[in-house]
Amino acid sequence: MADLPELGIGIDVGGTNTDAVVLDAGGRVIAKAKRPTTPDVTEGLRAALDAVLEELGPGAQRVTRVMLGTTHATNAILERRNLGKVAVLRLGAPATTSVPPLSGWPDDLRKAVSAGEAVVGGGHYVDGREIGPPDLDGIRRFLDGAEAEAVAVTGVFSPASAEHERLAEELIRAEYGLPVSLSHEIGSLGLLERENATVLNAALYGVAADVTGALAAALAERGLRARPYLAQNDGTLMTLEHAARLPVSTIGSGPANSLRGAAYLSGVSDAIVVDVGGTSTDLGVLAGGFPRESAAAVEIGGVLTNFRMPDILAIALGGGTVVREHGIGPDSVGYRIVREALVFGGATMTMTDAAVAAGRTPPGAAGWRESLGDMSERNADILERAVAVADEMVVDAVDRMALGKSGRPLVAVGGGAFLLPARVPGAAEVIRPEHAEVANAVGAAIALASGRVDTILPAGDSRSEAIERAKEEAAARAVAAGADPSGVEIVDVLEVPLSYLSEPAVRVHVKAAGPLAR
Amino acid sequence: MRTGSLAAARAIREYGEVPLVRLGDLPEDALVVPLSGIGAPTVSHEMIHSEDEPKRIAEEVERVFGRPPSAVMSCEIGGSNGVAPVAWAAQLGLPLLDADGMGRAFPEVQMVSMYVAGLPADLVIMSDVAGNVVTIRPVDGLWSERLARAVCVAAGSSALMADYVLTAARARGAVIEGTVTRALEIGRATEGATDPLRALREQLGAARLITGKLTDVERRTTGGFARGTATVEGTGDDRGRSLTLELQNENLVAVEDGRVRAMVPDLITVVDTETAAAVQTEGLRYGQRVTVLAWPCDPLWRTPKGLETAGPRAFGYELDYVPVEELTAHG
Repeated sequence: MADLPELGIGIDVGGTNTDAVVLDAGGRVIAKAKRPTTPDVTEGLRAALDAVLEELGPGAQRVTRVMLGTTHATNAILERRNLGKVAVLRLGAPATTSVPPLSGWPDDLRKAVSAGEAVVGGGHYVDGREIGPPDLDGIRRFLDGAEAEAVAVTGVFSPASAEHERLAEELIRAEYGLPVSLSHEIGSLGLLERENATVLNAALYGVAADVTGALAAALAERGLRARPYLAQNDGTLMTLEHAARLPVSTIGSGPANSLRGAAYLSGVSDAIVVDVGGTSTDLGVLAGGFPRESAAAVEIGGVLTNFRMPDILAIALGGGTVVREHGIGPDSVGYRIVREALVFGGATMTMTDAAVAAGRTPPGAAGWRESLGDMSERNADILERAVAVADEMVVDAVDRMALGKSGRPLVAVGGGAFLLPARVPGAAEVIRPEHAEVANAVGAAIALASGRVDTILPAGDSRSEAIERAKEEAAARAVAAGADPSGVEIVDVLEVPLSYLSEPAVRVHVKAAGPLAR
Repeated sequence: MRTGSLAAARAIREYGEVPLVRLGDLPEDALVVPLSGIGAPTVSHEMIHSEDEPKRIAEEVERVFGRPPSAVMSCEIGGSNGVAPVAWAAQLGLPLLDADGMGRAFPEVQMVSMYVAGLPADLVIMSDVAGNVVTIRPVDGLWSERLARAVCVAAGSSALMADYVLTAARARGAVIEGTVTRALEIGRATEGATDPLRALREQLGAARLITGKLTDVERRTTGGFARGTATVEGTGDDRGRSLTLELQNENLVAVEDGRVRAMVPDLITVVDTETAAAVQTEGLRYGQRVTVLAWPCDPLWRTPKGLETAGPRAFGYELDYVPVEELTAHG
């Protein structure tokens, strides 16, 4: 078997479909499948996996990696389901007491997650001085009375000075045996957002165990001896061990996978990516092969966090979008498109019908044009206008995402990509890569792991040395996530000067990524 | 995150609602304490105030004046210093005065209406997260700024400050009245509005300078302030146009094709085009979809002393002040 090329499977759980693809050692797509996403997620995942395995036949034994992008964690938070009880500990008193932990959380989520909150002594100033020593007895008093399954620890300025969080972790593991989430491993500067993300992370340990367990079981049942990985929100992968500690970073992996898949399939690393689904179209930007990230705080289940997520613009346009006399959507026939659209013999005019009438058909659907049959001049007019309106929406959205830089190509992916016109002003060309309809699963399958560091550094002479250290730390984190140490590269360095400080300082963000280790 | 509003919500839950009082409702000798947080915005997102800071300032005010304060006032209605005083008033069990010292936001301590009105800047009281209280008796506004900033830096770039503690009698004409009510009206008009941007413009009487996206943000930190420029390229109806903002923690001058469209002390605000939420200068990032609005400042800032304090030349721009109404009327 050693002489046979290895295969990788990518699975992406979307809102509507769960897609799976198999990539061979040369990176070619050799099998693909789309199955409906099921409410429990896991069944749809198994169905998609089975579909591609069947296509592979005996080749299934050559699968060495399975990469999964899933919505388990998102769903758990949105539905307040399977969440663990978290003791929420902040190191910072007497600072920060005017806004205690979990302020502004929806009551039901707080109830589902919190095993109590405390602000005790510890944490640092911006210049690295201690606010006070970590109050170890305060931590014990708090945890003695809390019935928690995990502890979330957030120290003031921990992204720059993490030692108090680490001390707290040592104590908690040794004396209470509880799993601990440390905020400096999870988020960047912005105490409350980072604390929120850390608490959600600790609440998701059980969900992470379920996902990794389900994935491992699904692989074992099918006799696959493949290494499993989970996709995260920056378009890279992590090992199950890593995901078990950082489950919250699986949230938002879907759009990231779609962007990375588009980059891979098109061979273009700087582009506008337009992912057309059944109900909506997501636009994102590829910069150097990675998703451009959103600067805005990200809300998850009603809670603000400071994750870096792909910058996505969603518009209400998809294959199932309903066409009316005076405009289109925003409603869609969704799943029912296979019964209700005109091309499928139904009676509802959809964007799919409008596109087909305009001569835009998906690959392998040449017959759709005929199935539209004869239609009244009035309906033909309505469909023609719908295409014009949709094209205008796309052009405007592309312009908003392009930031005045025309000349980049547009990569069209997703099941509804055929809706898009052959030319879009503001884009150099429209690229329609093969397998574009499963770009998200392809994005999961192409294996990169990453690590990042976000900290504050003095802007003086020691700056460049400190940035080198931050790069080393980011690279080390990429290796911890599963990257091959020899292939790790620094893919992003962002510096923002801070104002109102006596000593000039900069906030530095570094990201490293590399191919998965064998 | 909006730490000011979270702190306010928490303090109201804990200590009860905060009455809003007008200047005319207060006895002549009632003490009004203008409070503001000072520090670096990025630090304030991490180093949140201690609940004890306002109490220490109130105790010091009582020690200095021999009687307790009667009301809290916001020094600066713009930004989180506009909302946080609700928390501080609640923590102190005091009403909030329907007024502030700017009618907007400014980066320097002496840029307040009390200074423009000629009140002496002879007392500053500061408290920090560690529990320190510092009372400064500066000789003038410039020393007040210099010393307060030094204390702030020593305290970890985060402190609470009272300056120009004043009686209701002296506050008349020296504060900008009605600004809390105006802020509330803006919130009511824009929250849940189908077109928040239009609602905001109507409420402010603001001119729309451009709608587009941020295509360039250039920053440098000098003398403790984040200076720089931001360029907004027009989209939609504004395609082909380009507006450049000069920044020094606030948006100070807006220039299009070499022509000034608005300048400090008039207000220039960058808002998210979708939500009409304000984008602060440190939050400006390449690619944001924004609209730039401009509207008139309080008349106090257009007096000679007002312009000397916070006009374009106070920020180093060799420009003669022209009101935004005139600049936008031509174009």
